[in-house]
Amino acid sequence: MAMMQRVKLQSLTVPLLSLLIAFLFGSILIALQGSDPLLAYQVLFTKAFGSIEGIATTLAKATPLILSGLAVAICLRAGLFNIGAQGQLISGALASAWAGYSFVGLPFLIHIPLALLFGAFFGSLVALVAGLLKAYRGVHEVITTIMLNSIVIALADYLASTPFKEPDQPITRTPKIEESARIPDIFGLPFGFFIAIAISVAFWWLMRRTTTGFRIETIGRNRSAGWYAGISVKRVIISSMLLGGATAGIAGAVETLSITGRFEPAFNAGLGFDGITVALLARANPLGVIPAAILIGGMRGAASTMQFRAGVAPEIVDLLLALILFFVTAPILLRLLKRKEEGISLSSGWSN
Amino acid sequence: MRFRLSYFVIITSILLFAYFYSQNSIVTSSVVFTAIPFALPLALAAMVGVMCERTGIVNIGIEGTMLVSAFTAFFLGAILKNISAGLFVGIMTGVLVGLLLSVMTITWKMDQIIAGVIINIMAAGITSFLYRQNYSIPSTFTPIDIPVIGDIPVVGPIISNHGPITYLGIIFIFGLWVALYKTPWGLRSRSVGEHPSSADTAGVSVVRLRYINVTIAGAVGGLAGSYLALEAVGIFERGFTAGKGFTALAIMIFGRWNPLGAFAAALFFGLSQAVTNQLMIDEVVQIPQQFVTMLPYVLTILILAISAGKVRPPAAEGIPYEKEKV
Repeated sequence: MAMMQRVKLQSLTVPLLSLLIAFLFGSILIALQGSDPLLAYQVLFTKAFGSIEGIATTLAKATPLILSGLAVAICLRAGLFNIGAQGQLISGALASAWAGYSFVGLPFLIHIPLALLFGAFFGSLVALVAGLLKAYRGVHEVITTIMLNSIVIALADYLASTPFKEPDQPITRTPKIEESARIPDIFGLPFGFFIAIAISVAFWWLMRRTTTGFRIETIGRNRSAGWYAGISVKRVIISSMLLGGATAGIAGAVETLSITGRFEPAFNAGLGFDGITVALLARANPLGVIPAAILIGGMRGAASTMQFRAGVAPEIVDLLLALILFFVTAPILLRLLKRKEEGISLSSGWSN
Repeated sequence: MRFRLSYFVIITSILLFAYFYSQNSIVTSSVVFTAIPFALPLALAAMVGVMCERTGIVNIGIEGTMLVSAFTAFFLGAILKNISAGLFVGIMTGVLVGLLLSVMTITWKMDQIIAGVIINIMAAGITSFLYRQNYSIPSTFTPIDIPVIGDIPVVGPIISNHGPITYLGIIFIFGLWVALYKTPWGLRSRSVGEHPSSADTAGVSVVRLRYINVTIAGAVGGLAGSYLALEAVGIFERGFTAGKGFTALAIMIFGRWNPLGAFAAALFFGLSQAVTNQLMIDEVVQIPQQFVTMLPYVLTILILAISAGKVRPPAAEGIPYEKEKV
């Protein structure tokens, strides 16, 4: 038991140290720009975590990040780098918005799950393209998912500006969703957050307790060993991409149904990309994704206040996240700590 | 078979060109002329990939390299009011990114895909934080009218009147082909990418050669980024490389890791964009703008789906080199 505790503590050291160092670097850059880094960070954290309303905002911001983080994490487990969560998320957001405004007169108990299902289905459809190309043609998923991101963004922009456009409106956006599709808040907290937590736990259970999870894990650790053991590599690749895509699609759907209320191309920007940071910060652990997403959600939610009160451009958050990512994945910290910990590794190269 | 295919492609393109030229010479030359600026950044970025992968390092951070270099090239060019200084800074930025990737993948033996993605994310983060509006460079690099070549009928107007980075880039591409296939450096580089332990036994320092090549490749990525900022567009926007670094990887694969093959593939890409633009201008087809934007991305996926599996990447690609390993 004591050893378990120690292992858990150790796996926290690197992410926490990374955070610290990233914030140190960030403070130098803020100071160079002539602002006060301490004030900036103080505003950032008191705004994000210092009040009940602040925490509610943070959790609302964290909700899509938990899901997009899971979308990346589940694929990382299978040895796939799904950097296409952004496109899958947008596909899901648009599909759920369509389901949200097209079906009229449904009770909310049917309408909300139906809209979520639309999101999951269209999210996984985008991921399926990458999964099939990887499984049958050996095309690397990093390139296909990035290309699919751009394709989906352009396609969604077209759909929202022409066939699904809100009539008599100059802005490119879909009509508002029906009230029956709106995900409500519970005790001031967004209900979507609980959906996200439930899906995290489900993934944890899937990876720990089921043969599907075991197959994914085995293929992710050593593809040829898994193949020799009789696991279908193709099936694992396709099913984990489908799972990832569906989760990203739900992320977009939850955001649409509880926050934005319609689809507009400018919404959802960056939610999928932050998922990459969330997943790597959590070392692809389905439960670790939750605190990572809350941290990043908090920073995102408080960035504009920080700009207002401390005069620091909100893009500092992008920079901080990039630095965190660098220190989490680069083994320099591990070397400094003189510890051997397994880094995250994917099977590199184009044709395996 | 490979040679026959390339002959076939060359002959068909010449015939097609001749046909369209006979129909409308002005439009045809202008379309081919504009294909070159579309193709060049892709071709240069693909050279980054070729140089890295031939020595066994997967570089997925080309996009980020181009983005940061374009950023520094543009803003230093604007601040110093000197685009040549901007170009120098852009190339040096590429060198630094190349060094960073070398340290991450060769010394630290990080997963190469993750290392590249980190570079892309860091590039996006840094450039969007430091980005400022209301800066402008004094001018872009001006086109050069090449004396003799420019007067050749048909071909002259297409080849002449491009900017200096364009010519520098094209010369580099041909130079890289010669270097890769006709010099000791090229033979060593390729052997390190195929079978590093044999190369090591033969006395080639795997680590040193990989460092050198990835760093030089970084400089080329810097050139590609500087081209976008200082010659092609003359501005900088957040995220304005728009996936070119990834398309370049597809072009590299389509060109079978061969500089000239990749150049041809890039020209095909450039041509497809130039033709689409012309069709839009002539209102021959009414395509929504979003579908035009999509074109290079769809082409990338199609090309990968067709060519992957048929081409063979360098054998040691993606695997960190361990000297002790047998």
